[in-house]
Amino acid sequence: MAEHLPMQQFPANARAALQNDTQRGALRAAATVFGERQKKTVAGNPDWQHWRSTARAVKDHTLLHLDHYLVAFERQALARGTRVHWARDAAEATGIVLGLVRAAGATLCVKAKSMTTEEVRLNEALEHAGIEAVETDLGEWIQQLAGEVPFHIVVPAIHKTEAQIAALFADKVGTPPHADAAALTAAARERLRQKFARAGVGISGANFAIAETGSLLILENEGNIRLTTSVPRVHIALVGIEKVLPRLADLDVFLRLLPRSGTGQTLTTYQSLLTGPKARPGDEGPDEVHVVLLDNGRSRMLAEEVTRQSLACIRCGACLNVCPVYQQVGGHAYGSVYPGPIGAVVTPQLVPLARAAQLPFASTLCGACRDVCPVAIDIPRLLLHLRQRVREGSPQAPAAAPQRGERLAMRLLAWLLRSPRIYRFAAGTARWCRWLEPVWHHLPPLSRWRAGRSVPCLAPRDFRRLWRQRSRR
Amino acid sequence: MKVALYVTCVVDQCWPDIGLAAATLLEHAGCTVLFDGEQTCCGQPFCNSGYPASAAPLAKRVIASYERSGAEALVAPSGSCAAQIHHYPALFAGEPAWRQRAERVAVHTFELSQFLVRRGMTRAPGRFAGRVGWHDGCHGLRDLGVRDEPRRLLRTVQGLEFVELRAADACCGFGGTFAVKLPELSVAIADHKLDEVDATGIDVLASGDASCLLHLRGRLERRGSKVRALHLAEVLAHGVA
Repeated sequence: MAEHLPMQQFPANARAALQNDTQRGALRAAATVFGERQKKTVAGNPDWQHWRSTARAVKDHTLLHLDHYLVAFERQALARGTRVHWARDAAEATGIVLGLVRAAGATLCVKAKSMTTEEVRLNEALEHAGIEAVETDLGEWIQQLAGEVPFHIVVPAIHKTEAQIAALFADKVGTPPHADAAALTAAARERLRQKFARAGVGISGANFAIAETGSLLILENEGNIRLTTSVPRVHIALVGIEKVLPRLADLDVFLRLLPRSGTGQTLTTYQSLLTGPKARPGDEGPDEVHVVLLDNGRSRMLAEEVTRQSLACIRCGACLNVCPVYQQVGGHAYGSVYPGPIGAVVTPQLVPLARAAQLPFASTLCGACRDVCPVAIDIPRLLLHLRQRVREGSPQAPAAAPQRGERLAMRLLAWLLRSPRIYRFAAGTARWCRWLEPVWHHLPPLSRWRAGRSVPCLAPRDFRRLWRQRSRR
Repeated sequence: MKVALYVTCVVDQCWPDIGLAAATLLEHAGCTVLFDGEQTCCGQPFCNSGYPASAAPLAKRVIASYERSGAEALVAPSGSCAAQIHHYPALFAGEPAWRQRAERVAVHTFELSQFLVRRGMTRAPGRFAGRVGWHDGCHGLRDLGVRDEPRRLLRTVQGLEFVELRAADACCGFGGTFAVKLPELSVAIADHKLDEVDATGIDVLASGDASCLLHLRGRLERRGSKVRALHLAEVLAHGVA
């Protein structure tokens, strides 16, 4: 069973990732390609900023009235024969899905790529119950064969080279050891087709849930999601409550933004709009459709004005591709199903904050994520808010992971900086004690700075002295 | 026009020449430069490390100092410190009077090159022989929208050949306390940028942020690179008495 690295140990995970040259090379190449493609599509669209603000306004409105739109979605979905289930947390969600799979008498499920099912660890729950769950997205299947969790929310195997995948397939699928991409894809296709034919249940997520019609919209490039949601007798979709949109017409702007941001495509190869089970026995589609609406911490994000915008995310992955931290260490180092900048925002709100306390600090606050975000989520602002909750706490909750020494040092420094006289005295003392530099250089934070960088010296005279001399002249 | 110069603590203590160069440029643009010797730090390290409560008193000092000065603009040779001042209003959610004062200061606060171009500077006064590349400091670029101004000014320096780097707007990896919390990662991010810098064969990597320069200069030295990291003001005012 694929396990995440411990998110508490982000610094150690990151150091290990920096040692992996193959992974860094593949990651840099892929992130650059996606980043460049995104840049190009955006540059060619004078309406981009307008689309962004429209999409964000739709999201903000929906989130403010989420209770209304969720119930509306349920009503419309029920009217079209879809059954709707509500799950407070991961355990409830997996329990509901497991019950449905058992009721369908299925021992094999095919799965469409879905981060939400990863979030609740659905595969693990199914496996424990003796039910085979096969990922049918090529990248996701590669990860499943390798026994790894996804490395990226849109491109699960972004860190693997063709040669690595060929070796993996030779071992697990029986293809020739140096098979090329076309041969590997063909082998995957053949294997997965057999699974589709035998599976009793297809499990997916959804990109959007439409309140007006009770429909789900799912985007993909491989066609496997269309098979997953139409061939098996039963289709189960696990959908986060933030995925709801009021009207079918709202899809317009999101269909422009999501593919362009995710993969740099104008449109994905497939867009499936699914509205309930088949109406007549001769129709295509499943006999039963179930939508499981998942909270799992989302209503907590909704409750606070600052954190609410975390729920506007449409999981395009663009912020991962442009993030200098993600580009260096990749997805696994974060130890969460949601890596990168948005992962560092969402994860600490999904799991106990003390466990994810490292993640809000895994950023240089460069803001590239905010610029690229198709729904203009102010990720740096959210990271700062979470850093505060980790270190100082909030009126509602104590600090999740206070560092007493650091807090004391910061307070002392702030106090020192509050008085210009003490500030000048401290700087003067430091100048006078230059002979002590070798000692300081071996103490944090300078010892940590020196790992890779030379240490700047204090100037013999500070600016105010030079300014006085200059003014006299 | 009277301008208050906010030199920043890094420039004050480590590289005061940058502050003098900034003052020279402002005077060249026809400004009277005021400097309040009581200034310390803008409070950014506290906000960025999760201790905004400690930043608030420092913000109040900057606001009060500017109000006292009677200047019409507050100019910093740092995109990141200027951006921090732009974020001051958020520190005073529970203090409406201070919030209002913070907002007034924020609209009058500029990064150096941004201000010089607004003041109508079309030619930098300096002379500088060499090939110069530019590093966009993230906060100047993304919080304040400073992109064209430094490039435009650099191109007018006599003798200077401006080289546009592919990774100009890539983060240098400094990130404040990030640089010492995750040092290996911070350095790896710098190397991504500096690999291009070294390959391009430029003489100088210029930036508008002394904090980025602390990190980039330190790394360039450790790499044994021939490229020097200089502040924009030092290049623009080079050779001007």
